[in-house]
Amino acid sequence: MTLDKLKIGQEAIITSVGGEGLLRRRLLDMGLTPKTRVVIRKKAPMGDPIELRLRGYELSIRLEDAEKIQCDIVSEERGVGK
Amino acid sequence: MIFALIGNQNCGKTTLFNRLTGSNQHVGNFPGVTVEKKEGRIIVGKKHEKEINTVVDLPGIYSLSPYTSEEIVTRDFLINERPDGIINIIDATNIERNLYLSLQLLELGIPMIIAMNMMDEVRESGSFIDVKKLSFELGIPVVPISASKNEGIAELAEQTLKMGRDAIPPKKLDFCSGEVHTAIHSLAHIVEPKAVKKHIPVRFAATKLVEGDKPMIEKLELTDNEIDIVGHVVSEMEKKTGTDREAALADMRYEYIEKLVADTVVKGERNPAQLRSEKIDSVLTNKYLAIPIFLFIMFAIFAITFGPAGTFIGDLFSAGIDWVIVSVRSLLVNLEINPVVVSLVADGVLSGIGSVLSFLPVIVILFFFLSVLEDTGYMARVAFVADKLLRKIGLSGKSIVPMLIGFGCSVPAVMATRTLSSERDRKFTMALIPFMSCSAKVPIYAAFTAAFFPEHGVWVMSLLYVSGILIGIISALVFKKTRYKGNPVPFIMELPSYRFPSLKNVLLHMWEKAKDFISRAFTVIFFATVVIWFFQTFDFHFNVVVDSSQSMLAAIGRFISPVFVPLGFGNWQSSTALIAGLTAKEAVVSTFAVLLGAQGGEVSVALSELFTPISAMSFLLFTLLYTPCVATIAAYRRELGSVKGTVGIVVYQIAVAWIISALFYQTATLLS
Repeated sequence: MTLDKLKIGQEAIITSVGGEGLLRRRLLDMGLTPKTRVVIRKKAPMGDPIELRLRGYELSIRLEDAEKIQCDIVSEERGVGK
Repeated sequence: MIFALIGNQNCGKTTLFNRLTGSNQHVGNFPGVTVEKKEGRIIVGKKHEKEINTVVDLPGIYSLSPYTSEEIVTRDFLINERPDGIINIIDATNIERNLYLSLQLLELGIPMIIAMNMMDEVRESGSFIDVKKLSFELGIPVVPISASKNEGIAELAEQTLKMGRDAIPPKKLDFCSGEVHTAIHSLAHIVEPKAVKKHIPVRFAATKLVEGDKPMIEKLELTDNEIDIVGHVVSEMEKKTGTDREAALADMRYEYIEKLVADTVVKGERNPAQLRSEKIDSVLTNKYLAIPIFLFIMFAIFAITFGPAGTFIGDLFSAGIDWVIVSVRSLLVNLEINPVVVSLVADGVLSGIGSVLSFLPVIVILFFFLSVLEDTGYMARVAFVADKLLRKIGLSGKSIVPMLIGFGCSVPAVMATRTLSSERDRKFTMALIPFMSCSAKVPIYAAFTAAFFPEHGVWVMSLLYVSGILIGIISALVFKKTRYKGNPVPFIMELPSYRFPSLKNVLLHMWEKAKDFISRAFTVIFFATVVIWFFQTFDFHFNVVVDSSQSMLAAIGRFISPVFVPLGFGNWQSSTALIAGLTAKEAVVSTFAVLLGAQGGEVSVALSELFTPISAMSFLLFTLLYTPCVATIAAYRRELGSVKGTVGIVVYQIAVAWIISALFYQTATLLS
């Protein structure tokens, strides 16, 4: 599963981060490291980018970049994780 | 002593900087890049004799990676300038991600203090942070503050000065474990002699080598043999950890932080600021409402800036300037001063100053709103909403606001590109701004449509605006493939909680922009106005001209007018008006009035003798697209930091204007 495929409200745990160079480094620096829990909060009005919640803050990334992040779904809850 | 203020974006860094330094600030650029460098003197806390303590506000960054100019500038500043201490500001409501930068800063071996900001929000949410324990674990002082509520600032200033005087570097640097630890330590041994010789902190050098940081490899001037050893150590580590070098380090840092936070932070309820933000966002970034609300906000800002309120302040301003000009003129005339000198002072110098000042109300009002949008956190949402659209032309959502401001005035629009996160995006956006037809061009459109298309005014105006946007989009698509190729900075953006803007921040921001504009643009605009006055007033024998057709300016207009023959307006009056339009676009119509000897409504009649409808349209297209006024050029010069780049944009604009107008005129003539 990749992060871009998740639906709003779903929670997942990151398993690996792809991409390269600045993009990958930025993803890692922002805390999208393996084992991190992520909740999909919403999508922008035009469907892209998306808003995530992780490590207690909100981050927006584009779908094409989210596609490079592998993850496992842990819950289907609609709502926000702590 | 010199202290570096460093922190993530949106952590209240500017507010703290303003608290520490008051209005005592100096804004400049880091050499060679358009990254802003702000300096100020610490004014709070105990006064320490005559000692001068400077705070340098470094760009808001998340990491010390080697990829963006902001991060490289910060690294170079810390390594080369060796400040007496680092003030690392942290958003306590978002402690994990903020500490990630702190761990990297600690490796630099510079005395460091953590300013734990937004502690009021932490209290409000019922959370608890064991500051003492955190300080003990990290081995550096940690001061809880609330920059917005002005809590703990004096304590912070005092501790900072103490840190500077004691000059004790952080004792603890080791946040690593296992294989990464082994790799960093073996590389530290290998590169120590070279790092010491180059004055680079050994620990920092070793970590960066493990990460595969190219600038560090170059800086250390490693031999091929040493590079091989580094490669070997790293691939050993990668094999054992089962992940690559960059991920291994990020992982290690976050793992340490997670443990540290588990030991020192008791999380209460969800942060109320965040819950509030969620509610606000359910409206402002709502699927259906987001775009209409954004357009409404922009419309409202325009209505106030360029509508009644702005016009009122603007009119008051120009009435004041006119009053000064009239009084000075009559004073000089009464003193029986030579008329040429009177004209120089009144028409040249004073109206030059007037034209500089006439931009001020717009700049001040616009930046008031922009800084409110930025400080509340709404700007990040705008970027979030608009990103998909702007990505198509190779930009990101953040460019939308400067571009929209371009419809009002190019000067603040160019200045507003400062908020963009990469140098490439800044330059790219700036190059597109002039295509958004600015409000000063409206009088030209109005005069010409009244003369040639009285029935179809709205259509002609709309056509012009749309043409500008279309040509802007085409230019962007060309730029994307050529001049601004390269990779755009990835759009990975924090959406900060909405916060109430601080009046002090907003006012300081306005003041800074106004000061910046006056000090930088003054010379250029002033000089240009006086030069144009000179050419308008004299002929080649330096006699004052009675008939404006005899002036040097008219002669220059005659000289260049053949260039405009293919565009359908090869008459000298048009060329002269276009040159005069360089000082300000409003001058185009007034110059026509002078040259045609017409007043008010007569201008339209006089124009219709000079142009056919087709050549009039061609002229309008040219004014839409050609070089913006000198104030904009001055803003370019300032923001690009390069004369070459500025000339490049100006030449590009003129070339595009000429080609489009010529194409239009020739095709339209053929068809009719």
